[in-house]
Amino acid sequence: MYQIVKAEKLAEKIFLMDVKAPRVAKACQPGEFVIVKIDEKGERIPLTICDFDRKEGTVTIVFQIVGASTKRMAELGAGDAFQDFVGPLGQPSEFVKEDPALVKGRKYLFVAGGVGTAPVYPQVKWMREHGIQADVIVGAKTKDLLILEHEMEKEAGNLYITTDDGSYGRKGMVTEVLRELVEKEGKQYDICVAIGPVIMMKFVCLLTKELGIPTIVSMNPVMVDGTGMCGACRLSVGGQVKFACVDGPEFDGHLVDFDEAMKRQQIYKTEEGRAMLRLTEGDSHHGGCGYCG
Amino acid sequence: MDMLKKVPVREQDPKVRAGNFEEVCYGYNAEEAQAEAARCLKCKNAKCMGGCPVSIDIPGFIRQVETGDFEAAANVIAEASALPAVCGRVCPQESQCEGQCIRGIKGEPVSIGKLERFVADWSREHGFVPKSAEEKNGKKVAVVGSGPAGLTCAGDLAKLGYDVTIFEALHEPGGVLTYGIPEFRLPKESVVQAEIDNVRKLGVAIETDVIIGKSVTIDELMEEEGYEAVFIGSGAGLPKFMGIPGENANGVFSANEYLTRSNLMKAFRDDYDTPIAAGKKVAVVGGGNVAMDAARTALRLGAEVHVVYRRSEAELPARVEEVHHAKEEGVEFHLLTNPVEILTDDKGWVTGMIVRKMELGEPDESGRRRPVEVPGSDYTIEVDTVIMSLGTSPNPLISSTTKGLEVNRRKCIVAEADNGQTSRAGVFAGGDAVTGAATVILAMEAGKHGAKGIHEYLSNKA
Repeated sequence: MYQIVKAEKLAEKIFLMDVKAPRVAKACQPGEFVIVKIDEKGERIPLTICDFDRKEGTVTIVFQIVGASTKRMAELGAGDAFQDFVGPLGQPSEFVKEDPALVKGRKYLFVAGGVGTAPVYPQVKWMREHGIQADVIVGAKTKDLLILEHEMEKEAGNLYITTDDGSYGRKGMVTEVLRELVEKEGKQYDICVAIGPVIMMKFVCLLTKELGIPTIVSMNPVMVDGTGMCGACRLSVGGQVKFACVDGPEFDGHLVDFDEAMKRQQIYKTEEGRAMLRLTEGDSHHGGCGYCG
Repeated sequence: MDMLKKVPVREQDPKVRAGNFEEVCYGYNAEEAQAEAARCLKCKNAKCMGGCPVSIDIPGFIRQVETGDFEAAANVIAEASALPAVCGRVCPQESQCEGQCIRGIKGEPVSIGKLERFVADWSREHGFVPKSAEEKNGKKVAVVGSGPAGLTCAGDLAKLGYDVTIFEALHEPGGVLTYGIPEFRLPKESVVQAEIDNVRKLGVAIETDVIIGKSVTIDELMEEEGYEAVFIGSGAGLPKFMGIPGENANGVFSANEYLTRSNLMKAFRDDYDTPIAAGKKVAVVGGGNVAMDAARTALRLGAEVHVVYRRSEAELPARVEEVHHAKEEGVEFHLLTNPVEILTDDKGWVTGMIVRKMELGEPDESGRRRPVEVPGSDYTIEVDTVIMSLGTSPNPLISSTTKGLEVNRRKCIVAEADNGQTSRAGVFAGGDAVTGAATVILAMEAGKHGAKGIHEYLSNKA
């Protein structure tokens, strides 16, 4: 069992937890993910790592309620435990493996959307720890759904916040901010890292292609084992089939077939909805997870 | 009694079982087992033993069954095998022990598999506990993977007194026995868990949720955690796809995914959270045991099932018994047929599959006759789900994170057949990770050889 050390509600349906998992905490790197399973009957839920404390042996996860298992996970508090917590899985972010001098010479822009702010956070923190001030755009539907603002503020160079409804920060999509920064404020970026809903990553990539900024995205497709065994997470990257769990989850965003990825995310919508319905007696999944529109 | 024929084994009615996940075969009772045991000729030069990859003393245990001393029979089997209830169910006996049986020259061979299963089931129901080592030697050995290779290797080493820990990537131990082979062929709780518990009773520890190569590397296990030797039995790996158009459509699954959802995640049960898209009309592409398992699982989930295989019935790699069971249950076979394209609707869901007729040409390097396309023979099968069961390619997680571990051009780990030695001192390997996808019993044989290799290595090192 993996004990929950801290549990916090960040926003409506969004939760943060610190989980005691010494092996994962010791080995994990930004960009990697874990799989969490609440109990015997729960699903295996892949979640990108939000933070880690090697000394305390804890790993921080952030998740949104999207189905029956995540709903039950949200009901847990400090002192409770997950039956399974396995990782790290996937490949670390490219910059972790590169020559630090090379990384230092580049200007990074991170674009985070919704719950995607969580996996962006450890990357920006890594940058700060390595003396790099990265610019960060965080987008949320509305002020109440904005997460990790203060944490991000501490690690980012410049932090730009935007909400779809203008209830906080700028008003509009992350892509509008990105265009403004480059075209109006004359900012130059060598690499963009975009993590959020697939539709957001698609439009960020269309824009960065136009602006000539190489872009990395982190894909979060349907998964079962997370170790390469099932192939559920396959996606097309540059015309080749890749498994997000072992080849990714980060890929060259200009090569990813986002339309196919979005179609594939619908596979279990109805089945998952059914499991959810059983649990809530009518209060079904009405969207807002960022993945189903 | 007709000594030329096997004592028939009772099975669940095909029409009934096609709608449930209960075990197909009921196995022998004591009386039937004793009658079948009496058919054994107790050959001095027992050919059957040569056909058994783990060299069970077959006439020895059958003799005990005949006299009714089932505990003695269990002890004879336990000397060679830690997983008799599994092997009695899933070994291809027809091409191994039973294939060599002298009784089989004129008439049917002795039903060795069903007898092994009877002894294993009897001993489990009667609380038989395998003998563990009398003295521990204090040496730590790590085993990667808790499938048939890992369990066998760990069990053998524990019996020799080693302090063995198995690391399993998934949340349940058992490997392919747990995620791959379905409940109706190999019950999870009563058979697989019970045999894993027996390995635990030998003193083996199992740590789940640890991915060797990611959570911790083999080098770290040896340098920081004090393991003096490691056996890699990490299994087959990544599912293969055909590379035809439409393969990433919604409704196309690997057999691994389909079976893992049903077997490991228990998606077939309403009280588990994991979903499965069962499909109404399913095509399973491939002709191996995994394809049969996927087809029969889909059938039980309520689908009409079509197996599409590019060679003829004679070349089907699946066991004859599995093909027979699948047909009895209503699975349709499209032989000499190969998919060329998967059709989808505008939302990306499967609506059909274009297939092409094949004919058999000259034998290829595998010795089987090569399928050749028949021009102009394309037609469409209407299906909403396609399950690809085309085999696997090795998982690079361990080979890419272990210094100096040699792999061959197929990316399988290179290891000696008789002792599992790899290119790294102290590191041994066996099973599908070395050979590519094979059978449970061959993995067990490799686990046995690995244990022998590790014992020799650590005995000489001291």
